[in-house]
Amino acid sequence: MGEFFRVALAVAAKDLRVEHRSKTALVSAIAFAALVLVIFNFARDAAAVSREALAPSVLWITFSFSGVIALNRSFALERENAALDGLLLAPVSRSALFLGKYLANLAFVFTVEAVALPLFVLFFGVDLTGSLGGIVLTAVLATTGFVAVGTVFAAMTVRTRFAELMLPLLVLPFLLPPVIGAVQVTARLLAGRPLSEIAGWLRILGFYDLVFVTLCLLLFPPLMDE
Amino acid sequence: MTETPAGRRATRRGLGIVALGLLGLAGVYVLALRYTPMERFQGLPQKIFYVHVPAAWSAMLAFSLVGIASALYLWLRDPRLDLFAESAAEVGLIFSMVMLTTGPLWGRPVWNTWWTWDARLTFTLILFFLFLGYRALRGALQDPGERARFSAVVGILGLVLVPFVHLTVYLFRTLHPQPIVLKPSSPSLPGEMLRTLLVSVGVYTVLLLGFVMTRYGLGAQARLEGGEDAR
Repeated sequence: MGEFFRVALAVAAKDLRVEHRSKTALVSAIAFAALVLVIFNFARDAAAVSREALAPSVLWITFSFSGVIALNRSFALERENAALDGLLLAPVSRSALFLGKYLANLAFVFTVEAVALPLFVLFFGVDLTGSLGGIVLTAVLATTGFVAVGTVFAAMTVRTRFAELMLPLLVLPFLLPPVIGAVQVTARLLAGRPLSEIAGWLRILGFYDLVFVTLCLLLFPPLMDE
Repeated sequence: MTETPAGRRATRRGLGIVALGLLGLAGVYVLALRYTPMERFQGLPQKIFYVHVPAAWSAMLAFSLVGIASALYLWLRDPRLDLFAESAAEVGLIFSMVMLTTGPLWGRPVWNTWWTWDARLTFTLILFFLFLGYRALRGALQDPGERARFSAVVGILGLVLVPFVHLTVYLFRTLHPQPIVLKPSSPSLPGEMLRTLLVSVGVYTVLLLGFVMTRYGLGAQARLEGGEDAR
């Protein structure tokens, strides 16, 4: 079991090191998130819809679209010089390889979200005092599951000709449950509702993560098994 | 040139079953228009019910078949299971289109809106998009083994996603007519309506089987002729 996590961490560290050295993808993803926030501010009738009313939706559209954009990167990286084949040839568990790619993606998406959240507060004038902990928890719960599914799909779509188009087509249906849950929770948190009102949604988000992370760990080995 | 008996036989049988299903469908139309009573509040549009609900049933059945065949494929690696999943997905896509066109046609006069973000509407729309994504992914992959493995994973993940979509959208809000047949207490539908609906569900199941079998046979023939039998 120690070996399993050692491999996973080594793969994740490799991905993050590549990312750290160029930083292109991370900077682009953050810029993308910021641009979505800017567009959103103007994609509403300022006289009819207040920024506060739209805030939860804006936050989650920004998070989830940036997440999907970021996922494309993870296997596009391995495509050059057939690096993926090299990884697959290594005598290690395929589930550990998946876990490594997944953890790196998760770190990447969390970083983008960590930068986008203050920007969101800045642009939309939202007061997060008292709800910051809840929002962070919701972000973690809502992101964990869909990034797992997205990592599996990114491994597939990188083999197709229209990877940038194919990945959203496959992943977006899987975003629906986390986004619904996250928006419901965020709206209640921002309105200062008690914790008892959101506990049910948080449980659904957690259950979604549990099911899909497990399923992805199980399905990745047969997926890559030539 | 070797004969392709298995594929051709499946196609012929499939077409036979489709013919049977079409006859049954004509019967369902007669039953719906002549035998069932006119619904007091909805009037004539209610007759769509006898097409819409069975189409939804077939689409969901097809979707389950895709998921199950996908899981079995990853386990047994029999290319026939992959072909079966492909066939069921394609037929399911068509049935979900029937469901998504008859729904608004009924909703417009009865709900006074073509579309609403009700639980079952959203969930069937997502079902349609999952079928579409599955189909698109298959079309975008060249290597047959890769195509089979990848689409099997999509089939399984999709089947697991469906209950989550249903649950979350249901909690979001719902307007759709509540279950009237499959519910804890006994069905609250007049006998003629219930019998017609059940006949129609049976007919649609026969049609589904016929279409899938025909598509399977055609696929098997194409794979043999295209030299794809090596997978």
